Amino acid sequence: MLTFKGGIHPPEGKALTEGKPLKRLSLPDKVIIPLSQHIGAPAKAIVQIGDEVLTGQPVAEASGMISASIHSSVTGKVVGIGSFPHPVSGTGPALVIERSGEDIFYEHPRYTAGDCDKETFLKVVADMGLVGLGGATFPTHVKLAPPSFKKVDCIILNGAECEPYLTCDDRLMQEQSEGIALGLLLMVKNTGAEKGIIGIENNKPHAFKKMCEVCRPYHELEVVSVKTKYPQGAEKQLIDALTKRKVPAGGLPLDVGIIVQNVGTAFAVYEAVYLGKPLIERAVTVSGEGINEPSNFIVRIGDTYERLIREVGGLKEETVSLISGGPMMGFAQYTAQSLPVIKGTSGILALTEREVGRTREAPCISCGACVDICPMQLIPTQLVRQVKNKRYEEAAALNINSCIECGSCAYVCPSKIPLVQYVRLGKGFLRKLSARERAKKEEKK
Amino acid sequence: MAEKFLIKTSPHIKNNLSVAKVMWLVVVALLPAYIHTFFLFGYRTVWVSLAAVAGAVVSEALMQLLMKKKITVYDGSAFLTGLLIAFNVPPSIALWKVALGSAFAIIVAKQLFGGLGYNIFNPALAGRAFLMASYPVAMTSGWKAPAGGFLSLDPALTQGFSGPAVTKFLDSVTSATPLNALKTARAALNDPELDVPAREAVEQLFSADSIVHSFFGRIGGCLGETTALFLLAGGLFLLIMKLADWRVPAGYLGTVALLTWAFGGIDGIFTGNPLFHLFTGGLMLGAFFMATDMVTSPLTRKGKWIFAVGCGVLTFTIRMWGGYPEGVSYSILLMNIFVPLIDRYTVPVSFGEVKA
Repeated sequence: MLTFKGGIHPPEGKALTEGKPLKRLSLPDKVIIPLSQHIGAPAKAIVQIGDEVLTGQPVAEASGMISASIHSSVTGKVVGIGSFPHPVSGTGPALVIERSGEDIFYEHPRYTAGDCDKETFLKVVADMGLVGLGGATFPTHVKLAPPSFKKVDCIILNGAECEPYLTCDDRLMQEQSEGIALGLLLMVKNTGAEKGIIGIENNKPHAFKKMCEVCRPYHELEVVSVKTKYPQGAEKQLIDALTKRKVPAGGLPLDVGIIVQNVGTAFAVYEAVYLGKPLIERAVTVSGEGINEPSNFIVRIGDTYERLIREVGGLKEETVSLISGGPMMGFAQYTAQSLPVIKGTSGILALTEREVGRTREAPCISCGACVDICPMQLIPTQLVRQVKNKRYEEAAALNINSCIECGSCAYVCPSKIPLVQYVRLGKGFLRKLSARERAKKEEKK
Repeated sequence: MAEKFLIKTSPHIKNNLSVAKVMWLVVVALLPAYIHTFFLFGYRTVWVSLAAVAGAVVSEALMQLLMKKKITVYDGSAFLTGLLIAFNVPPSIALWKVALGSAFAIIVAKQLFGGLGYNIFNPALAGRAFLMASYPVAMTSGWKAPAGGFLSLDPALTQGFSGPAVTKFLDSVTSATPLNALKTARAALNDPELDVPAREAVEQLFSADSIVHSFFGRIGGCLGETTALFLLAGGLFLLIMKLADWRVPAGYLGTVALLTWAFGGIDGIFTGNPLFHLFTGGLMLGAFFMATDMVTSPLTRKGKWIFAVGCGVLTFTIRMWGGYPEGVSYSILLMNIFVPLIDRYTVPVSFGEVKA
């Protein structure tokens, strides 16, 4: 079975929702659309309060090299621009659009594989506001347009979905397999790659079978089963498992001729090109022991966590933690109120005390569990020791910057040390240090 | 809707292992050997272990109280240290000495170094070393053939094990450990003045009979040393539960076996008896329960191999040429010193790292 070195196997929790088909939610009366839903510069609003907008109409445009445009997810009127809760950054600027009725779709051009050349393809992907839907939300058009000196020979679709609880990719692969395959074909063709590989963890036999069926006619596509192990869906680990190529430390998949995209992104590419549909909705898993009726939904961007939770029958009394994304790398939320679903929201989890397992931090007993499972072959406990003692340079020498913050170390630690938190702290200090040094050099000039 | 959810950084789920669970599970792994010890030495086992555990736990609580730290005796680490010290002393030792050894282990070797996780030396072995230095007679000559329990040796068995040749040059069979006997016999071998059947003694010690006896614990020794079989069972439990890394016992036992087989014989190379060396003395206890102590052994896989092989080489060296018949505890203590150094030089190549 293909896999990578290290990793863990937390309780999957997928049984809660893996049998739940993606259900389209009724249209929200109001959407809150943050201007920053991607890595890079926030988008710039191009509408004003009082403007009438159609479903799919651009409301904010990309600003700068790495940015993505944003579209209205309902037909209605812009009623507010202001600061709102944000599942990743805490708060951030957002547009509020009140729905006035049923969808009236804004017209975008449609293409077929034949009449969509590389230039058009990248323009469509950019215009439709596509970002990586696995959670990192890197603008898709930037990722698909590598500098000309980087040769890409393979596009990998990430269907691992290694985060516990989440099943939205699993459902999407079962229900929209054709679209995913067509989206991948478009990406393969327009990046000059030779093949596309879809990597799926072996705990999703239905999705695997379905994807195999639809990909059979296309000789350049391959569907591969990988071992169920966290973090199998981490970019570098997935590439290692599927191709045995090792992305160099500090490098990108491009350095080994590969681009990785999430299966959801491939489906969005298909919809953008063939249907002229911008990224205005996505699949979201609402799950966890604290949820009364765990479900999978297709949700409009800007719909709120609050409404989704109401939709699944509310939270159980025992809920202590509300997570945006998966339990391993997601973001804890203080409140669900006015909290919008954004392009990167793959899951909404309500976890109970039993799942969270809160305990005091005890001293490290050097058990080496974190060393054994680190998928990047680092020594997490040493990194933490260096950061705690403010020896950032030593931490850098131990490759702290290679850490992908997957959280496997903190998961296995018997002393319950929040290792990832310390690593982030150390990385932050190192960034500050190097910025200061750059500033000094500038001054000297 | 409850509007106050927990705010913390990812990951938001953790496994259910804790330090206390680790420690108590190691205690569980020691139980088979402990129970067997009870059948060998009777209530003496209980008194010695009570004194050792009480000494350790009380010292830990007192030190934490004095140093105004949170009292954490419930985590089982002091209990475990105490129990291991009990396993490391002769059954006839005075109880107050055992308690003192435990107190030294906890106060000096553990708490003064910063408490759990910060100690350089294995506390139980430091306690044993302290007792060896302070009460050498009580620690080395107080051997008793198992007595007081219903599995104790009857004289016939003792004869069978030691053999007439061994008896002849040892004052008292019942007060010798097999390693003691071997050391004495080997010394006699090189001394033409002595007219003793040293060669026969070595042969008898290496005989299948003798090995079976040591494997089942029908030999003299410290409380917990005498039961290779049950220590092995507990050790396997540790490995299966992943509470100890298999590399340490494998590297340690493997090295000792190889070296004693190659150079431990009296008729030249590869005439030694590795099984004799594996099942006698504190090797089983040391390899599975002492060298694997998480705090005082290396973090990295390569480091664990180096540490284990180092322990093996030192143990072999001390048994063959050292002043003591047994060298497990000093070997591990010596290797403890090198742990930070080993960790420093065995940093694994990280994913995608290009070594300059």
